Amino acid sequence: MISFQGIRKAFGARQVLDDVSLDVGPGRVTALIGPNGSGKTTLIKILLGLARQDAGLVRMNGVDLDAAGAYRSAVGYMPQSAKFPDHLRVREVFELVTALRPGAPRDEELIEAFSLTADWDRPVGTLSGGTRQKVNAAIAFLFQPSVLVLDEPTAGLDPIAAGVLRERIHRDRERGRTVIVTSHVLSELEELAQDIAFLCEGRLRFVGSTPELLARTGAAHVEPAIAVLMRESRRHDQPLATADAVPTPEAA
Amino acid sequence: MTVASVVLRSGLSDLARNRWVIGYAAAFFVIGEALFWFGGTGTQVVLSLLNIVLMVVPMVSLVFGAIYVYGAREFTEMLLAQPVPRRQLFVGLFLGLAIPLAGAFLVGAGLPFLLHRGGGVHPGALVALLVAGTGLGASCAAIAVAIALYTDDRLRGVGITLGVWLAMTVLYDAAILAIVASFDAWPLERPLLVMMLANPVDLARGLVLTQLDVSALMGYTGALFERTFGSLAGTIIAVTALAAWTVAPFTVAARRFRRRDF
Repeated sequence: MISFQGIRKAFGARQVLDDVSLDVGPGRVTALIGPNGSGKTTLIKILLGLARQDAGLVRMNGVDLDAAGAYRSAVGYMPQSAKFPDHLRVREVFELVTALRPGAPRDEELIEAFSLTADWDRPVGTLSGGTRQKVNAAIAFLFQPSVLVLDEPTAGLDPIAAGVLRERIHRDRERGRTVIVTSHVLSELEELAQDIAFLCEGRLRFVGSTPELLARTGAAHVEPAIAVLMRESRRHDQPLATADAVPTPEAA
Repeated sequence: MTVASVVLRSGLSDLARNRWVIGYAAAFFVIGEALFWFGGTGTQVVLSLLNIVLMVVPMVSLVFGAIYVYGAREFTEMLLAQPVPRRQLFVGLFLGLAIPLAGAFLVGAGLPFLLHRGGGVHPGALVALLVAGTGLGASCAAIAVAIALYTDDRLRGVGITLGVWLAMTVLYDAAILAIVASFDAWPLERPLLVMMLANPVDLARGLVLTQLDVSALMGYTGALFERTFGSLAGTIIAVTALAAWTVAPFTVAARRFRRRDF
């Protein structure tokens, strides 16, 4: 269980996150949705320790995140765009992250599924964007993390690789792992996510399950439902639902 | 193996194959060979190379260092998402930049002397040149990293490093001359020596000049430094001050790295 409690974060005069409280349960895929600049990436970065909140708490399994970052051994992160040093070979990138997590169990399923061993000795700078994204995905899943943070995971992947990755996310959810995912492809999130957290201008406007979102907005799919939330957010600038209104996510 | 050494190893693997770093080494090698080829004695080669080192090493270390930090931003984020302490990560990232640059300089500038069996130069002068170039490069790399970590905008950051390079290599000497011309009736030795300690380029110059008897050719502060401190004391002071010029910006950059948002 990951719990964000009253998170506030400002960059200069701009309030990026404003009292965001959100519980993300195990065995669930939670989609963070929001327009550009809504605070999704900042919330993810706070979870990963890349940014520090001005106020509020983040807890993982009831324990405050430590500054030393030991909790990150349970976290796999797939950033939106992968950029590794150009002259490192693919093999060396995997050796690097493995050396940073000595003794961690390895799961090389995605390395094989994406046929990355064929590019094992190629410098990363010579890989296509899609192949770099495959490296990125394989690293995120490599150490069997109990928490997966995936920022636009299928962006840049070909349809087959995107399907492999979606299938893997499904299976990890069934194994009880916690998955936080952002994507601008809302139809994809509809397929992947059980819970939706909608952020707009730094405030959490909706948290709930996908059926609750559809019922709340009267839409048939996630995409038009989010459009309704965005219009309402702009019109009223009021939160539509809070984390308090959300049922506790069920464990798988 | 520590986090710092793991990250350092990846930095070495990356930059050892970087064409700019290879070109940096090759440029010093070609210049050194050319100076010998055109009949220079060892001392003349050291002096000519020193003038180039004092301009090129700060520029490459500052500009390349800043560009490297900006280019590695996403990679740094990926590393920060691993279960590693920021302090160790920063040490690895900095050394992964500074050591390949120093290695390229040492190989490029040192190899011609090796091929020419020293070229008749006093060994102390050659060692001083290599130490000065290495120290100056480390210092400027640390300054570049600090600038890049404090300046989010890439263009602005690189612009600041160019400004710092200009100030260190050109404006500083102009300021010294202006002070000397304006206050020639005053005893300026002590203030000028303090000013010399305030510029790593002048320190590097002083370090080499204390090994050669040509200080009068190398600017007012160089001559003053040599005359005041003599060879051994001058060398110790210059090396210590150059080390301080590396440690201070490194400490500032490390503090920023530990605290900043990525």
